[in-house]
Amino acid sequence: MRSKTETKKAHEPLFHVVKRDELSGIKSILVRAIAILAAIVVSSLVVVIAEKVNPVGYFKSMFRGAFSTPTLFWSFLHEAALLLCVAIALTPAFKMRFWNIGGEGQVLVGGLASIACMFYLGGKVPNVLLWVLIIVSGLLAGAVWAVLPALCKAKWNTNETLFTLMMNYIAIQLVCFCLDTWVKSGSGVLEPMHGYGLPSVGNKWLLNILIILALTVFMFIYLRFSKHGYEISVVGESENTARYIGINVKKVIIRTVLISGMLCGLAGVLICGGINHTISTTAAKGRGFTAILVSWLAKFNPLYMMLTSILIVFFQVGAIQVKSDFNISDVADITTAIILFFIVGCEFFIRYKIVFKKHGHKEAVNND
Amino acid sequence: MENSVAIELKNITKTFGKIVANRNVSLDVRRGEILSILGENGSGKTTLMNMIAGIYYPDSGEIYIDGKEVVIRSPKDAFGYGIGMIHQHFKLVDVFTAAENIILGLNEKRKYKLSDVARRVSEIASRYGFELDPMKKIYEMSVSEKQTVEIIKVLYRGADILILDEPTAVLTPQETSKLFAVLRRMREDGKSIVIITHKLHEVLSLSDRVSVLRKGEYICTVDTCDATVSSLTEAMVGKKITLNIDRCDPVDPTDRLIIKDLECINREGTKILDDVSFTARSGEILGIAGIAGSGQRELLEAIAGLQHVESGQISYIDPSTGAEENLRDKTPIQIRQLGVRLSFVPEDRLGMGLVGNMDIVDNMMLRSYRKGNSAFLRRKEPRDLANEIIKSLEVVTPGPNTPVRRLSGGNVQKVLVGREIASTPTVLMAAYPVRGLDINSSYLIYNLLNEQKKNGVAVIFVGEDLDVLIELSDRILVIGSGRVTGLVDARNTTKEEIGLLMTKTPEIEQSENEGGEGE
Amino acid sequence: MIEFLAQSVRTGMTFLYGSTGETLTEKSGHLNLGLPGIMSAGAAFGCAVEYAYGSAVGKLYVNPFIAVILPIVVSFIGGMLMGLIYCFFTVTLHANQNVTGLILTTLGTGLTGYIISKTHSFAFAAKYFTKPLPFAKDLGWFGKLFLSYGILVYLALAIAIISSIILSKTRVGLNIRAVGENPATADAAGINVTRYRYITTMIGSGIAGIGGLCYIMDNLFGSWEYTIEAMGWLAIALVIFTVWKPNIGIFGSILFGMLYNASAYIKNISFAQTDLIEMLPYAVTIIVLIITSARKRRENQPPAHLGLSYFREDR
Repeated sequence: MRSKTETKKAHEPLFHVVKRDELSGIKSILVRAIAILAAIVVSSLVVVIAEKVNPVGYFKSMFRGAFSTPTLFWSFLHEAALLLCVAIALTPAFKMRFWNIGGEGQVLVGGLASIACMFYLGGKVPNVLLWVLIIVSGLLAGAVWAVLPALCKAKWNTNETLFTLMMNYIAIQLVCFCLDTWVKSGSGVLEPMHGYGLPSVGNKWLLNILIILALTVFMFIYLRFSKHGYEISVVGESENTARYIGINVKKVIIRTVLISGMLCGLAGVLICGGINHTISTTAAKGRGFTAILVSWLAKFNPLYMMLTSILIVFFQVGAIQVKSDFNISDVADITTAIILFFIVGCEFFIRYKIVFKKHGHKEAVNND
Repeated sequence: MENSVAIELKNITKTFGKIVANRNVSLDVRRGEILSILGENGSGKTTLMNMIAGIYYPDSGEIYIDGKEVVIRSPKDAFGYGIGMIHQHFKLVDVFTAAENIILGLNEKRKYKLSDVARRVSEIASRYGFELDPMKKIYEMSVSEKQTVEIIKVLYRGADILILDEPTAVLTPQETSKLFAVLRRMREDGKSIVIITHKLHEVLSLSDRVSVLRKGEYICTVDTCDATVSSLTEAMVGKKITLNIDRCDPVDPTDRLIIKDLECINREGTKILDDVSFTARSGEILGIAGIAGSGQRELLEAIAGLQHVESGQISYIDPSTGAEENLRDKTPIQIRQLGVRLSFVPEDRLGMGLVGNMDIVDNMMLRSYRKGNSAFLRRKEPRDLANEIIKSLEVVTPGPNTPVRRLSGGNVQKVLVGREIASTPTVLMAAYPVRGLDINSSYLIYNLLNEQKKNGVAVIFVGEDLDVLIELSDRILVIGSGRVTGLVDARNTTKEEIGLLMTKTPEIEQSENEGGEGE
Repeated sequence: MIEFLAQSVRTGMTFLYGSTGETLTEKSGHLNLGLPGIMSAGAAFGCAVEYAYGSAVGKLYVNPFIAVILPIVVSFIGGMLMGLIYCFFTVTLHANQNVTGLILTTLGTGLTGYIISKTHSFAFAAKYFTKPLPFAKDLGWFGKLFLSYGILVYLALAIAIISSIILSKTRVGLNIRAVGENPATADAAGINVTRYRYITTMIGSGIAGIGGLCYIMDNLFGSWEYTIEAMGWLAIALVIFTVWKPNIGIFGSILFGMLYNASAYIKNISFAQTDLIEMLPYAVTIIVLIITSARKRRENQPPAHLGLSYFREDR
């Protein structure tokens, strides 16, 4: 009578996806470890096949990038620390579900402010005062860059993802503008002002690394044990609950993003004022974006971020070493992307499981 | 032919994580009948129907339509079998017009022209006596208009099996009887209608047969003409309930909270509370009765400092000094700083009262974390409190560090009520505190409220079960459409009296349900 | 002045491809921050095929028609493949959209660099892409302003107009918008959310891929420039600027093109002033974003479910 029913043959779907309760700690680490291993295999296969590089040499070269000389090693640690610094900076905002993807811009303006101090005041004020000014102005600049979107978010619920994204490019243009104003030759390249940079301890990287390590511990404590950190979690989890217990949600949003921007600014100060002593539009090196991955992969835990930032930077410097050792095309971005995709993809198997259906009785397959 | 079986469910099981929503449920829906699916909150009614509508996919079991086994993987499949579901939470796109929502997802052969759609929608609307402007945007609509859109959406698709999930929860009595008239007309057309409900009078006045679920399991199906309120209640609840709540007389009641001429406007801009005045007294339970959505939530939130008040007064009498404090336009923090110990168990437990992803200890801290001048948290007291509540209220949990979202509904509520009582309140407000709870947990909550009353707390209890309200409360305030429609003494009232006050209109005719299925 | 306007239209069309593609994508609820990578990879695929074709038959013997169509199709397919990667992670694996998009941009940049390092000449084909319509030279300013462009400019306009009509005037468009606004509702209405998200995003990415080709072949006459990524970010800005409407996008893109080219046509301008002018597209986008959010006109808001993944059984 009802032809509709006959048009569809009764067959069950091959499998369907269900949410897991929670994977135990060891299993979830295992899934991630397998994903990273698979990522390394696939990404190296890509290079080996595309560029006909000898695989053993390829892996040796990867490690050489980070460990072959003390200079490379320190620079590797420092790169990881800088990435970590930006990730630490972004984390409080992310925990509050404020998608600050403007880290790049906040780092840049922080650096720009510090370089501006060096450019205009270098040699005119005592170095100690200059250092203070470099740091304070950098923090302020980063904070301003971040707090504008936060204010609009608090007032009108303006989409912060898009706003902070645009602020990145305003920052880049601002750097261009300053460089073209400062550099009379028109080359747009500012000579490093080595005399006026921040002081260093031991070698030129150590102080930065120590500052960032201290910052990491501070952020861990701040988020886990302070009242502010608690408020951030509550606002991030449920704004309704936050209002119910009388948290001023707008205040928390602005305060947290202010901290986030300030610390991004600090990263800029450490990069430009501490090491480079000059600035270019690429001074942030995409860290504002990569740091999002670092923070997200570490589940917003500052201590885990030390691992994730080292992992990502290891692959980056390794790929550069491979390129120079074998004189091949630049594949660093491709291999990095493959590895990141694997890590992001494996989260699926931690949060969900696939249930296959076979002849009426089900069979649960754990993907680990 | 008319009464042939339309849908047959066999041994349907569905679990969410460790929670079993449905276990081995088998039931059938016939053509040309109105079937009620009756069950308490959390008995798995909606989950079961969602599997027919293609929202969920069963873990095991079979679905037959007209005797043939079918697989319903998506709502689209469901539409293909002529099944349409009207969800309790409307599934409408806010920025679309009614007409756009109605034709959403349809694969009509006709040319896509919204004016034609609007015309056909208006036709359907007028045929069944609905009022609807097809070109109105959803975000400009009232709740009942939205429901009208949902119903017309299903009618437009020509569904011959309609599932309605708690359709009357948001309707006025007049709208309800209109809806019932429409449903009866559809039954005469030979359509099958399934109503998910926990309201007995609806079941008795409307349906031909009733299927009862309890705790995810199928209990029985009876013809409505053979059913009575008590037999259905027994099937729904398990044992025959004789409410035995130990109600003592209020000791020395004094005015604690005085509400005068309160007026509030909700987010949609409609007046949700109008001219509400009452007094809550110490040592007394003030029950608040009313149809869901009549302004109960806004009333409690206004007192708690969470809802903007347009006009009126909220004053609190300090029990030790007798001084009167104004609470209106104060934030929850400011209320606390005045020394007013106001506790509030909100309706939305995991969305407002607690944070689902935080553990019990951190949830205890929600109220107390500000204490002290240190910038850091002290987790010792909250941990002690958590352990104490787990022990005294018998919360079933692996430990105090388990995220509360993993606890069952009853245990979540124990955690929330436990925390709110722990601050030794002088006023305790509880909105639907036993919704979704099993009988044992419900009684535990009633006892806790009674205990607070004995301690001299002014308790305000918003409930939906009139039997409980009458047994537990001292006085009952009845609200209808945001206005106070009556204040009765709970010891000398009847369900019927309160029911009349709630609607202030005659109840839906009890007739027309005899005769069984099909004509 | 006419020359300036005409050049702005050319530049604008690169943005228009990107923004039309991204608008389609965002309407289905995907914030694809991989757009810059998709545009540059799309261009790289197209150019690589052009190179392969040119070296296979010899540069002097290429068929102009094939030399134009082949790269366009390949750029489109290349963009779609990038979109496929994005969808696989965000839809099938429920990964975070921002994170996936950013990785995709990294991948696109890497692929582009690699492909271009292996590709040598494709500039020979630019003359086929920029061939104006007949009579363009004879009709003075009119010809210059309306007829002087290559095929990719007209294609961009056609795609934008068609997309706009599809989104606002067809059943499919209604379904796409519903998926982006409220996937649970769309799902309940029988729309296959997964399929819609995949197809819409892949087509959007394909369109963006052609945009990259347009930039290289039409705007730069076949010389390679890595600034193609910056064009991608501007295209994302343009989506916001045009409040998610491809028809407004036509004018928005020309306006962005004017801002982009202004400095080249203003006499006696310093580098620093150029930088400030180049900042303008981003600044006005932010202003538009703030104004639309403050005015709260529901029609001008981002799709409500933008950036969120959808899992039917989420409770």
